[in-house]
Amino acid sequence: MNRREFLKVSGALGAAGAMPTLLGGCAARPLPGSGKVSATPTVCNMCFWQCAGTLYQEDGRPWKLVGHPDDPHCAGRLCTRGSAGIGAYLDTDRLRQPLLRVGEDQGQRFKPVSWDEAFDFIARKMEAIGKEHGKDRIALFSHGGGGDHFRRMLQAFGSHAYAHPSFAQCRGPRATAFSLTFGEGVGSPDRTDMANSKCIVLIGSHIGENLHNSQVQTLTQALDRGTTLITVDPRFSVAASKSKHWLPIKPGTDIALLLAWMNVLINEDLYDHDYVARHCVGFEQLVEHVQAFNPEWAYLETGLDPALIRATAREMAAAAPASLIHPGRHTTWYGDDTQRCRAIAILNALLGSWGRPGGFYKQEKVDLPEYPAPKPPKPVGDWKQLVQGDYPLVGTGISNKLLEHSIGEDAFIKGWFVYATNLPMTLPGAHVQIEAAAQSLDLMVVVDTMPAEITGYADVVLPECTYLERYDDLRNKPERTPSLALRMPAFAPSHETKPAWWMAKGIAEKLGLGAYFPWQDYSEVLDWQLQKVGSSLAEMQTLGIKMFPRKTAIYFEEGKPVSFSTPSGKIELYSSILADVGQDPLPKYSPPERPPQGYYHLNYGRAPAHTFARTINNPQLFELMPENAVWVNPAAAAVLGVASGDYVQLENPQGRRSNRVRVRVTERIRPDSIYMVHGFGHTDTRQRLAAGVGADDADLMHNVRIDPVAGSTGMRASFVTLVKTGEVA
Amino acid sequence: MRTYAMVIDTRTCIGCGDCVVACKNENKVPAGLNRDWVVEATRGEYPKLQTEFRSERCNHCGHATCVTNCPTGASHYWRDTNIVLVAAEKCTGCKACIAACPYDARLLMHPDGYVDKCTFCHHRVEKGQDPACVSGCPTRCMYFGQIDDRDSEVSRLLRERRYKTLMPETGNRPHVYYLL
Amino acid sequence: MIEEVLVTARYNAKVDPVLGIWTWEIAFYLFMGGMAAGIMLFSAWAVLTRRRETLTFAHDRFALWAPVALSLGMTTLFLDLEYKIHVFRFYTSFEPSSPMSWGAWVLVLIYPLMIVQILSTLRDGYPAMARLLERIPLGGRLLDLCQTRRGMIALSVIPLAVGLGIYTGVLLSAFSARPFWNSAALGPLFLISGLSTAAVIPILAGVQRQERHFFEVADMTLISVELLLIGLLLVSLATGAAQQREALSLVIGGEYTVPFWLWFVLPGLLVPIVFELIALWGGRAFALTAAVLVVYGGFMLRLVMVEIGQVSSWNEYAIQFDPELLQRLVQ
Repeated sequence: MNRREFLKVSGALGAAGAMPTLLGGCAARPLPGSGKVSATPTVCNMCFWQCAGTLYQEDGRPWKLVGHPDDPHCAGRLCTRGSAGIGAYLDTDRLRQPLLRVGEDQGQRFKPVSWDEAFDFIARKMEAIGKEHGKDRIALFSHGGGGDHFRRMLQAFGSHAYAHPSFAQCRGPRATAFSLTFGEGVGSPDRTDMANSKCIVLIGSHIGENLHNSQVQTLTQALDRGTTLITVDPRFSVAASKSKHWLPIKPGTDIALLLAWMNVLINEDLYDHDYVARHCVGFEQLVEHVQAFNPEWAYLETGLDPALIRATAREMAAAAPASLIHPGRHTTWYGDDTQRCRAIAILNALLGSWGRPGGFYKQEKVDLPEYPAPKPPKPVGDWKQLVQGDYPLVGTGISNKLLEHSIGEDAFIKGWFVYATNLPMTLPGAHVQIEAAAQSLDLMVVVDTMPAEITGYADVVLPECTYLERYDDLRNKPERTPSLALRMPAFAPSHETKPAWWMAKGIAEKLGLGAYFPWQDYSEVLDWQLQKVGSSLAEMQTLGIKMFPRKTAIYFEEGKPVSFSTPSGKIELYSSILADVGQDPLPKYSPPERPPQGYYHLNYGRAPAHTFARTINNPQLFELMPENAVWVNPAAAAVLGVASGDYVQLENPQGRRSNRVRVRVTERIRPDSIYMVHGFGHTDTRQRLAAGVGADDADLMHNVRIDPVAGSTGMRASFVTLVKTGEVA
Repeated sequence: MRTYAMVIDTRTCIGCGDCVVACKNENKVPAGLNRDWVVEATRGEYPKLQTEFRSERCNHCGHATCVTNCPTGASHYWRDTNIVLVAAEKCTGCKACIAACPYDARLLMHPDGYVDKCTFCHHRVEKGQDPACVSGCPTRCMYFGQIDDRDSEVSRLLRERRYKTLMPETGNRPHVYYLL
Repeated sequence: MIEEVLVTARYNAKVDPVLGIWTWEIAFYLFMGGMAAGIMLFSAWAVLTRRRETLTFAHDRFALWAPVALSLGMTTLFLDLEYKIHVFRFYTSFEPSSPMSWGAWVLVLIYPLMIVQILSTLRDGYPAMARLLERIPLGGRLLDLCQTRRGMIALSVIPLAVGLGIYTGVLLSAFSARPFWNSAALGPLFLISGLSTAAVIPILAGVQRQERHFFEVADMTLISVELLLIGLLLVSLATGAAQQREALSLVIGGEYTVPFWLWFVLPGLLVPIVFELIALWGGRAFALTAAVLVVYGGFMLRLVMVEIGQVSSWNEYAIQFDPELLQRLVQ
């Protein structure tokens, strides 16, 4: 007889069911919200969108998180992860105390120490590095606002080397490309005016599977209004399923399509003449450049019907200027990413959408004064030149380069502070390098809320409290309407955890640099800043968010000249800067590598339930999505002999294998590709929910293509095959 | 008789599962149990495909077989509405209601031993608010209201748009509508 | 091709992956319910047809077994409840649309009737017990009353016992949500099966040859009718709508084919009927074996019906996760 499986919780809890309370039997259950309810404003930290919200407690226990109705980032609705922030707070696997590595061997053995001990250790090590090598030799890898406090402390010490992995592993190419073209970046939240668009084009961007809150909301508003959505993606993404046109493009060939669109817009005279004439330079060079790239040529590269290429170009043009090609965010794909983003920027310029309604609006933030504190000393040397000499156009740290310069006896970097970024799962195919760096470095300090894999390499682990337990800098991001949002603690920090500002100040004080942190509690800083703009901490604790009037126009104003922060003062279709540094001033296309026989394109993406790897262990989100699955087209599945529910290992051409992962056979992915959600395959057993579940795509990336302009790591050029483990559903 | 319905626009549902988390938080649903869930239905062959996302839950049927089959009256209609609730103090845990639901929407078992399921957040409806899932949905694709009120938004949507319910052939008269 | 998957993990205990709310406790209760009904009916029949000499056991002693059987069933029924302290709630209301509510009340009302049925032949069947009862004030008067009204009691037993037997089937068949059960054949099937399992008890109890013969023939007839009803059930599924045909496929080629035919129909129905046929020409061993198999078959009928009915459903979603992983949440 086929036994059905029962969730054993019914066994564990069924015992409780056998002995219900008599009171519970006689009275009706209390309804939610009928107890004592309190509300605390907060700013969500489950991702970088930083939506303002409210944490509700009932009878002293966390109840729910709801978005702030006035917040332009979320308009009253938190996303799936935002709603599950309580899970991050309640996660029993959180780091609790500072940990110090014991023993010289590789064993991951840590002993809990007091904060004082931890700070002493760090200060001594930092000073030793300063004496032996130099004070500028400590690097910061950081993701999230709290890292700014460590950056300040390190700068005060003398080290200015830092990197946000979100540049070189994510948004770097688009930031660089748009800066080169328009003189400005795209912003976070992105400055797309989708609510007013008539045509939206997504190049690989899977809005709806990423939960960039207001992007999802404005895109939905656009769809509700009948806006044309065009999605270019090898996979039938959620956005693709809502699109009027889905272009199932061959992986790696996007630039060919973009050039063909330029070709159509120019040769069919569909571009915005007036806009180009008034605002752009380099048009003549562009015209000449794109003549060779007609839709028929593009068909051979992309597999897309030339008629469809033409039709979609015409639709874009018909909707212009309220026609926008979304810049995307995670743009580190194939190594030619800056050029691809340049092509997107150029197309937007041809459509005239930059600065126009339905295209890209001008963002503004609150003019918030900085708390008076001594300025850190100037850096000793030009670390950027040393570490990033190959990337003269990049004004921020490149994490993979910093990593390279941390390996070996003669490495420039001698110490690391790692704040809230799990490098082994962030940097693609970097496990060997990270291990080598861990060997070479004199000091590695890791700050995190969870025992992420990177903490296993640390000398010192500092436990941060979650965002629900701390004050942080006021949220002041450039948006449609300037606003300030308050993050304040709803709960006291659990166990020995502390906020980042407290840690940075503590370390600074040990180093004799306390003057750079001239406050006792960070709430003083917030109150001071708020008073300077006509508010106060007390007021914000009630309001949660405060809106401020714009001082500048949101779009280009008719008739008024516009100046761009480019060498020419105009939109550079032809990029003189790129030409000057020996890169292609106009995007060029080179065909991508094809997978070897029996291998498939390794594609990855996001799921609404998780923020990369860091939420897998969140019990509320784990419950929603406990593991990832590898999407396999039925034709490929037939060849491989796998079915939905089977477990396989992914193997790259170098023989590196992933953890076992579940197969999902679906038509939504091409026969030559597989797709999986990034973030799974955790190995740290201290994350008891996430450990050993699903596969990690980053670890398999054998073919990381470095972008020559941005220095970023292109992660979609790798291939894998599937190896059956013999387990079936 | 007040007839409450939920109307969900599949054109703008992205299947993100926020409704699931919002419900679990609001109603303190125990770990491992779900009052609502999200389904993805894909038709066709690459590249001619259609995908639909549906947030599903108890349909608060007009002819709820879970109510007709309950031996103690624990499963009942709330006041004069079609919202189906379980009076925990009358539930014996016999599970007839679970067997009776063609949508498998009765979640059973609250660890205390009574049957639990979506309540259309009647405790919020009472205060004039929408259910937690509807209020939390980031794409605002979920609507809630009385379909016996011609002027309500849900009535208007059902007049203006094509829609479907799940398995109407069960005869249970479900009140969760999916706009197509 | 349609691919329908759960995007968010759902693994509600007892609902996923297939309904798993009732197992052996309910099957046993239905089995005992049917048997009790059968016992009462045979006792009543023996009384009404005045067969005290030929069906002594059935006439005098059989009725006592009925409340024993029913009580055993009610015990497992109680065990199945998740919120046992609320069991009294079955009796604080009557829900006419709920077969279970009908059943709850029938079960309670049938006990007094069973008692009087026993009392009506107690002096003949269990004289020691009768003497004990006569010592109690009004005990003797009660026995007299029941004895004289023996026929009327037997007559009134019949509708209630038939109701009990059929109700055990209607309880399942009323669930339109479970396609495998949703057939009118289930009520009569469970009643006939109940009679059949009751019929073999005298054989197992070692009655006289004449009575044994009666029950062997009765049982063979009943098994034949049972086979006919099972056939009708399968036919109604085969000629039903899509979900009924899909439910049928569970026992014709599906995962329950072997349990249904090899573990139930063959040993529980076909083998006993053959053995009973052989037993007609002498061979008490065959009769006894057949009786044991019939009892086994009666329970197995309920067990497979309860299982398969829960597996049959109107919809089913594929999952993209391993349910075992959710166990980690409760550790």
